[in-house]
Amino acid sequence: MSTTLKFATVGSVDDGKSTLIGRLLLDSKAIFDDQLEHITAVSRRRGDDVADLALLTDGLRAEREQGITIDVAYRYFATPRRSFVIADCPGHIQYTRNMVTGASNVDLAIVMVDARHGVVEQTRRHTLLVSLLGVPHLVICVNKMDLVGNDEAAFQAVIDQFTEFAAKLELRDVTFIPISALNGDNVVDRSPDMPWYQGTSLLRHLETVYTASDHNLIDTRFPVQYVIRPRTTEHHDFRGYAGTMAGGSLRVGDDVVVLPSGLPTTVAAIDGFDGPCTEARSGDAVVVRLTDHVDVSRGDMIVRPNNHPVVTQDLDAMICWMDDRAPLRPRAMYTLQHTTRTVRAVVTDLRYELDISTLHRNTEATELGLNAIGRIALHTTAPLFVDDYHRNRTTGGFILIDEQTNATVAAGMIAERGR
Amino acid sequence: MVARPLVDESISIIREAAAQFERPALLFSGGKDSVVMLHLALAAFRPAALPFPIMHVDTGHNFPEVIEFRDRMVEQCRVQLIVASVQASIDSGRVADVQGPRSSRNVLQTVTLLDAITEHRFDAVFGGARRDEERARAKERVFSHRDEFGQWDPKQQRPELWGLYNGRHRMNEHFRVFPLSNWTELDIWEFIREQRIELPSIYFAHRREVFRRDGMLMAATPFVERLPNEEPFETTVRFRTVGDASCTAAIESTAANYDEVVAETATARVTERGATRADDRISEAGMEDRKRQGYF
Repeated sequence: MSTTLKFATVGSVDDGKSTLIGRLLLDSKAIFDDQLEHITAVSRRRGDDVADLALLTDGLRAEREQGITIDVAYRYFATPRRSFVIADCPGHIQYTRNMVTGASNVDLAIVMVDARHGVVEQTRRHTLLVSLLGVPHLVICVNKMDLVGNDEAAFQAVIDQFTEFAAKLELRDVTFIPISALNGDNVVDRSPDMPWYQGTSLLRHLETVYTASDHNLIDTRFPVQYVIRPRTTEHHDFRGYAGTMAGGSLRVGDDVVVLPSGLPTTVAAIDGFDGPCTEARSGDAVVVRLTDHVDVSRGDMIVRPNNHPVVTQDLDAMICWMDDRAPLRPRAMYTLQHTTRTVRAVVTDLRYELDISTLHRNTEATELGLNAIGRIALHTTAPLFVDDYHRNRTTGGFILIDEQTNATVAAGMIAERGR
Repeated sequence: MVARPLVDESISIIREAAAQFERPALLFSGGKDSVVMLHLALAAFRPAALPFPIMHVDTGHNFPEVIEFRDRMVEQCRVQLIVASVQASIDSGRVADVQGPRSSRNVLQTVTLLDAITEHRFDAVFGGARRDEERARAKERVFSHRDEFGQWDPKQQRPELWGLYNGRHRMNEHFRVFPLSNWTELDIWEFIREQRIELPSIYFAHRREVFRRDGMLMAATPFVERLPNEEPFETTVRFRTVGDASCTAAIESTAANYDEVVAETATARVTERGATRADDRISEAGMEDRKRQGYF
């Protein structure tokens, strides 16, 4: 069975992002004849000479009118080695929330850099978000190499600029690839025009990047999502706890503890889509049965006796504010959704706002506006079972919901105190 | 084998919606995507019964094979079926029927669907739409908000992070939930083959009386008025999508079993909607405009 790689592409139209995606899709035959005919016809009607590949992913009327990406588009393609899901993200600052949506659960992010301009403010912002979101792999595509004479020095300059900036960020794996999306250089095949480049092509990198160890396979976390009780004669005593493994593994016979009650019990059975199984691992959607009739409901968490998440009503978190109607202010109350648990939370402190270009921490900030990033402290009405976001994206991430509008207003990433 | 993360993601979405909403329903047309969605929904709650009804928005212009299949599924799976009838909406004066050779009741379905959601006070309806189908769908969230008029606002979509879905809503608003968002047409067919899922017979090659219109093969049915030059003829076809008989075209095909259909799908050079849906050819943003009004 081939694996799937989810990756995000970030950048504005000018960076050649759409051209790059179009190239990957075209070369993997993921664009159908009628789609190509459609964008060719639309481009011609607008008086363009060549088919505008951005039309493949810019699916909304407003995007086509303005020629920009507003919201994430998902595209799918496959090579014999792997299946791919592309989350094509907007690069403009006013659509940061949509970029965050697209990049929150990907394995890898591609940030586009124009070789002529090098690392610019936008590159820094995109990289910071990718780092905050804990995306495990980052590829810096230095595009338009053909316009700088395929010069190694131009490529090296981008690496140097980037490395200096990124030293302060948490990035686990960064790869630089010099490309020309327009000519297809180093996209699918290695380019003969850049003999000094010894690395792989972008597609080969995407096909081979190792992601199996990105999941947390150590800390067992099973948030109970739904309790299955058939109430039929045949299954009179059946009580199954359905959910998706958020980390580690569970085996039949394992000793476990149910939070928040703390009651110890044992795993009696695990059922997956394909029937009974002996083990469930991170990402598996399963139904767990326990040997004892303990009280378990949605929002509880099944963990191992010697490896607990932090049980707390006080959180420290980096957040990205995403509401265009009102800013985040200290003392405000929100609904907080974390794994399968929903509580209310009050903002007890706005510790600082992060300047996304300089990484300067402004501790004088009194509010966080649309697209701002900052560190806050929260107090919740009931305990949550949390991990540091960089250890587990599922048990470390949460959203804040405005109680009047029901809108999702913030993405939160739980951080250890003092970090 | 279809990648299990895809299957697990869908099951997780279905359970999450069942947990968050009070009155969900699953839209079931008898088309392959809704059949796969029902298959996954049944698995999500096993050994318990499906904790919500399924609903068919019936235009009255059906392929008989599909209705026969639908009723057999309801019997077999022991689910509750609600039929929302476009004919009833016409009879009660909610909508006016469409006339003429190029008419289709497809657009009328929106009113019937929204009326049924109001009548049954559904706060979430599961749809089998996939993001690879169409460019507006490629933009839509898994939990997609609808206001009290059933409208989708593509510019005000809620950010959807990690596996966290925000289904909170006011009275009279509802959500469309799309568990198959990340499946492709080929994933669907590989899964159908792997699980030996039964489908309406018209998905496989059969002899049928058809006529040519706009380069597509339309079934000759009592629901479509033919133009003078549209001579019917018999040939071997199958359907790649199944919807209202007046706007769903067949394709010429001899693929008669799972393996042959998977092979055909894997090498197809035209999208399923491009090949078979007259309704999608309306305009550049036809789907977006219909979705804004509350369409599937």
